[in-house]
Amino acid sequence: MGYDDVGGFSEYKKILILFFIAVLLFATALAAIVMGKYGFTVMDVYRTVFIHMTFGDISNIEKLNNTIIWDIRAPRILLTIFVGGALAIAGAVFQGVFRNPLVEPYILGVSSGAAFGAALGIVFPAIFFSLQLSAFAFGSIAVAVAYLLARVRGETPVVTLILAGVIVGSIFAALVSLLKYLSTDAALREIVFWMMGGFYYATWNDVRILVPVVTIGFIILWALGWKLNILSMGDDEARTLGVNPEKYKFIVIGIATAITAFAVSLVGIVAWVGLMMPHASRILLGPDNRYVIPASFMMGGIYLMICDTLARTLTNAEIPVGIIASILGAPYLCYLLRNKGRVIFG
Amino acid sequence: MIAVLHVKDVHYTYAGFPVLSGVSFSVNKGELCGLFGPNGCGKTTLFKCCLRFLALHKGTVHMDGEDVSRKPVEALAKIVSYVPQEHKPPFPYLVREVVLMGRTPHLGGLFGVKKKDKEIALDALDQLEISSLADRPYNQLSGGQRQMVLIARAIAQDTPIMFLDEPTSTLDFHNQMKIWEIMRKITEEGKTILACSHDPNHVAWFCDRVIVIANAGVVADGHPRDVINEEILDLIYKDTCSVRSNDGVRMVMPRCITEKKERCSPVSAAEQPYDSCKGTNPKT
Repeated sequence: MGYDDVGGFSEYKKILILFFIAVLLFATALAAIVMGKYGFTVMDVYRTVFIHMTFGDISNIEKLNNTIIWDIRAPRILLTIFVGGALAIAGAVFQGVFRNPLVEPYILGVSSGAAFGAALGIVFPAIFFSLQLSAFAFGSIAVAVAYLLARVRGETPVVTLILAGVIVGSIFAALVSLLKYLSTDAALREIVFWMMGGFYYATWNDVRILVPVVTIGFIILWALGWKLNILSMGDDEARTLGVNPEKYKFIVIGIATAITAFAVSLVGIVAWVGLMMPHASRILLGPDNRYVIPASFMMGGIYLMICDTLARTLTNAEIPVGIIASILGAPYLCYLLRNKGRVIFG
Repeated sequence: MIAVLHVKDVHYTYAGFPVLSGVSFSVNKGELCGLFGPNGCGKTTLFKCCLRFLALHKGTVHMDGEDVSRKPVEALAKIVSYVPQEHKPPFPYLVREVVLMGRTPHLGGLFGVKKKDKEIALDALDQLEISSLADRPYNQLSGGQRQMVLIARAIAQDTPIMFLDEPTSTLDFHNQMKIWEIMRKITEEGKTILACSHDPNHVAWFCDRVIVIANAGVVADGHPRDVINEEILDLIYKDTCSVRSNDGVRMVMPRCITEKKERCSPVSAAEQPYDSCKGTNPKT
């Protein structure tokens, strides 16, 4: 993959950092699965997961352990990792392609568009039979509209892009409100809870939908990491360096929108992960996307896992994870604005 | 002589205003060709048309015998490299990484940054004597340093044709001479360079060939000794230049300076203070 060490291209150090993040991801997952109203030991978890993984006799496990560890916590934790990872790599991709370290799925209106698509699916299940596809369709419309709206004389300046995202986001938010107004009580309740973001109903079924899509998207985007570096230099330069900007932008934006829409359609809106994690990855590893993509994925997983564990352990009742993620993310954004604002806004 | 770049009857109109109308020329293999002309004459537009950033309204561009409009982006990048005037990416890529990006057209498969590519990138930095910048973030360098890095990137791209858009515009005198020397060396290796410049002396001293563009077309094309003369310069710069010879080396000088000097010269121009000619209008 071109990671070998030549005269100061310090690749080994970066691989070591990636490895540490992977260890941290594993440790966080283990901590998250042990924590909760019913405390378990690491041994309990190991035994339960081991028997399931080796298709052993499930009756050997205590019933309570099996239900809570395997049926409730395991899928939930897997889902948080893949949702956090998906949002983070989508953020890294949008930042690279739009040449702006401040964009993310939420700011560009992708999340709102996808939320509207999913809400349509909840209110009119007969027409929009698949929540995921409907979310993907409207997420794509949102990003396309925001991008076209922001384009001035062949360029997409930072400020117009963010403003366009705000406009698109508010239109879709209004449309979601309209749907809420029109919907029945049951559907309304479902939309409201789902919009706040949460993993309460995480099942193995959700994992089966999300994990393959995100894994494939992740592998393709990682493989295109170097091309993403070139795209972030601008269209004309990408062209002279042999990377067709139209073609590759279409591919990477398509994948990033798809994985965002799938994640949003399953757990609702979780803001800021896509902005913070790529930024933090760049601080650790530099801007090379061959490292930023895997690091963002794992760090997004770690971050959302921490948020979700707080969400379910902080109080007796559960707090929607979207709320926790926004509150935890705000200080980081304040830091970015105060310290890096001039660099980002020019 | 083999023509590696062949531009034929190129037209380009921007917002109803003809920027290029019927531009034709060809550049031979191994030539250092200067593209020269006043501001807004369409030099950069011509570059962009040749490199297919802009779609031609009429005409054709052939490189290495093939029509560029039929070539995929990936294949074209192996034939021609480009040094833009100025740009600043939003991410702090290190200089060595930016130069390594020049190797992109030669990378195989999906991944494939090889050891050899990294060595070529470092060699290119060496050639321009800017290895000390290798670990600095590219977007925090000065404009001149960035220009050097982009030239190193084009060298790493290793293409038979190179386009440089005002490669020396932000460089100090030492680096300007260094870049022209390097361009000469590159053409001696059999590569072809087309470079824009605003300095008539530079093109007169270093280029094998000069193409002068003005009023949306080619006004002169040939060896600098035939092209950089007062007649052509008067045409494009409206009577501001004089051409003098100093020990056989041609010098283009501002007319206001030469006229002053010549009017004062009977008294020995060298010792005459500049002030003594002040206030006299050469036109009257």
